[in-house]
Amino acid sequence: MIVDRRPLTFWEKLYLPAIVGGLKVTLKHAYSTLIQRKVVTMEYPEQKWTLPENYRGAPYLVKDQEGSTKCVSCQLCEFVCPPKAIRITPPGASGQKADRANAEKMPKEFEINMLRCIYCGFCQEVCPEEAIFLLKDYSITSTSREELVYNKEKLLALGGEHGGIQKWKHKLEEAKAQENFPVKV
Amino acid sequence: MSTTATTETKPAAPAIEKIKVKVDGREIEVPKLMPDWTGKLTPTTMIQACELAKTDVPHYCYHPKLPIAGNCRMCLVEFGTPALGPDRKPVLNPDGTAKIAKSPRPAIACATPISPGMEIYNNTPTVKQMREGVLEFLLINHPLDCPICDQAGECKLQEYSVDYGQSASRFAEAKVHKPKAVDLGPRIMLDDERCILCTRCVRFTRDVAGDDKLGIVNRGSYNTIAAYPGTQFDNNYTLNTVDICPVGALTSKDFRFQMRVWFLKETKSLCNSCGTGCNVLVSSREEKMYRYTPRENDAVNGPWMCDAGRLNYKWVGRADRLKDVLMRGAGQGGLVKTTWLTAINDISDKLKRAPAGSVAIVASARQTNEELYLLAKLKANLGALSDSVEHTGEADRLLVSADKNPNTNGARLNGICYTEIGSNLPQIAQGIQSGKIKTLIVFGEDVTTQGIGADLLAKLDTLIVSDILPNATTQLAHYVLPGAAHVEKRGSFTNTKGRVQKFMKAVEAPGDARAEWEFLHDLVHNVTGKNGYVTIEGLFNQMAAEVPGFAGLSWAGLGDTGVTVTI
Ligand code: SF4
Ligand code: SF4
Ligand code: SF4
Ligand code: SF4
Ligand code: FES
Repeated sequence: MIVDRRPLTFWEKLYLPAIVGGLKVTLKHAYSTLIQRKVVTMEYPEQKWTLPENYRGAPYLVKDQEGSTKCVSCQLCEFVCPPKAIRITPPGASGQKADRANAEKMPKEFEINMLRCIYCGFCQEVCPEEAIFLLKDYSITSTSREELVYNKEKLLALGGEHGGIQKWKHKLEEAKAQENFPVKV
Repeated sequence: MSTTATTETKPAAPAIEKIKVKVDGREIEVPKLMPDWTGKLTPTTMIQACELAKTDVPHYCYHPKLPIAGNCRMCLVEFGTPALGPDRKPVLNPDGTAKIAKSPRPAIACATPISPGMEIYNNTPTVKQMREGVLEFLLINHPLDCPICDQAGECKLQEYSVDYGQSASRFAEAKVHKPKAVDLGPRIMLDDERCILCTRCVRFTRDVAGDDKLGIVNRGSYNTIAAYPGTQFDNNYTLNTVDICPVGALTSKDFRFQMRVWFLKETKSLCNSCGTGCNVLVSSREEKMYRYTPRENDAVNGPWMCDAGRLNYKWVGRADRLKDVLMRGAGQGGLVKTTWLTAINDISDKLKRAPAGSVAIVASARQTNEELYLLAKLKANLGALSDSVEHTGEADRLLVSADKNPNTNGARLNGICYTEIGSNLPQIAQGIQSGKIKTLIVFGEDVTTQGIGADLLAKLDTLIVSDILPNATTQLAHYVLPGAAHVEKRGSFTNTKGRVQKFMKAVEAPGDARAEWEFLHDLVHNVTGKNGYVTIEGLFNQMAAEVPGFAGLSWAGLGDTGVTVTI
């Protein structure tokens, strides 16, 4: 589509009125800071702004209220992540069992490359276990690229605890209540 | 010698009468009789007719290669047949078409035969409702373990739930819980909660594998799949039940929690563990193989394969793979790393200077037709003796062949070995002993276990060895040329019945390792001075033109399922 440029009016062609308009803004700010002593900047990083409730910062892994890993290594987040920032190593058959009963598995390794992450929040949205959340961290710095690949341990430490329904625990309790089929854990 | 290439394995059957039916309003002609799971001709069923009409009928218990059970009810369809008047004559509509009497009851498409003029309705609101109902019942006690279930991504329950499922369950009671992670046998893990009781696994092991070990115990909602008490489900075909289980109840211990299926790239390939040459799909992600699954080919393996072959892939990723081109330094030097160019040029020079009859070739019947063809060219040029090595094991009544080489017939057709494989080996040993044979070319075999021991090998001027894994022969070699496993290259095998089948490349070879046909092509070019084809297609077609056994074949013509030649 071609949009024709509107020809300038005589007033616009004069050029000076626009300069004056710009100067007016500058002067207004000069007045409010110099004369009225109003602060328009912030002393970052000592001071930080309050983030809105729905702010999407870096994605971290969370633990449940009993301190167990919630992620079950379903790899949906790895699949959905647009810039392929997530890399999960599944446990395999003989690998480490999940650290809570009945969940059967958890990732052997879970890495997020914070340099790749675009904070889209897809991983949080797709996760069937409510195990990954975009928290409020936005200032992610380091002296090397390698350090910015966060591993499972680091992600879990940063993510902290996030309660919610414990479905695997519920299933187990429900099963245990049924005498006919004692479910081995 | 003349051979005719055919795609048929049996002579053409007598023509079968065709009948007309309508599927969702579209009229098609279908044969009146079609092969059932054993291949016997039986009246065509609705599900077969719908398949011919390219209409999907959702189903769980039906499997084209298993006896029909008709227990899941997922395949319910509505149908009608031409109405008959009291005079047993068809009633006609005013426009002259036959009046269809719609059956008041639905029928299961998997077990109901078609009749002339029948109309099948696969898409009506009633059909949709019935399927929703069936699915709701199946999900009543289903644990919805998808995040921890290996089947997720290739699960029929998931797929049909997307098509016919409800977003919320109306079942307010507690679900019946059943045993989870049951160790059914050495290779199989069972999760009883996920089982939808389609009995595919029971029918497979009873009727196909002939090892009647699985059954359903308990009643009603407590129905549970179990192995016969006190026994292990451990025949050589157990992993096929994992493939046919429509849900994640039966899972492979080998593949358990290894990788989610949606990441896997599937490559059409062959199993090379025996002479049967079962068609497989190699699943890999980022150059790592995760599993083999059988690929249907009715002329070879049907939809099945044996467990031993299926699990025989791990050696490909072994850490001690030969990755470097090695060359023995001057004098008594050890093996040092070199480049392909140096090694191939060096070998070519030596072979060109070798007097006729001073070279012998021991090839492997695990190599591809194309590679054996190139070796045969070398053999002809050098007037060399050649043979291959026999590997045998136990055969069974289903698929496993006693011949553990995947390409013995390819070696025979290319003239590398003779009807009795290995008959030339003593002669080669003798030649070395007498000093007549000065150069030995070995591909993919450890000749020290075949009567050509280290003492004999020490007498050679030049020992050229290409292999994939190190062995006693590669250690004594003057030149070690690292080769590629069959999943790392393209090529074709000729199975015990003479079926020529091709396979594709799934993963990259490690380090400097290269497909044998690539460097053999260079070698043949240097030694004979004649150029050949540098693509596998060209090479195969050249072989088909020159080797009478493969006459009439072409790479493209092999298709996915191969072509049978006379052997
Ligand atoms: S927020 Fe988006 S980019 Fe970042 S890890 Fe999650 S899915 Fe990937
Ligand atoms: S974080 Fe959630 S989506 Fe990602 S692997 Fe773990 S359970 Fe699955
Ligand atoms: S069997 Fe299918 S539906 Fe059931 S848990 Fe496994 S993937 Fe999900
Ligand atoms: S284990 Fe699988 S194949 Fe066997 S009855 Fe259950 S759902 Fe069917
Ligand atoms: S597929 Fe027909 S009843 Fe199961």
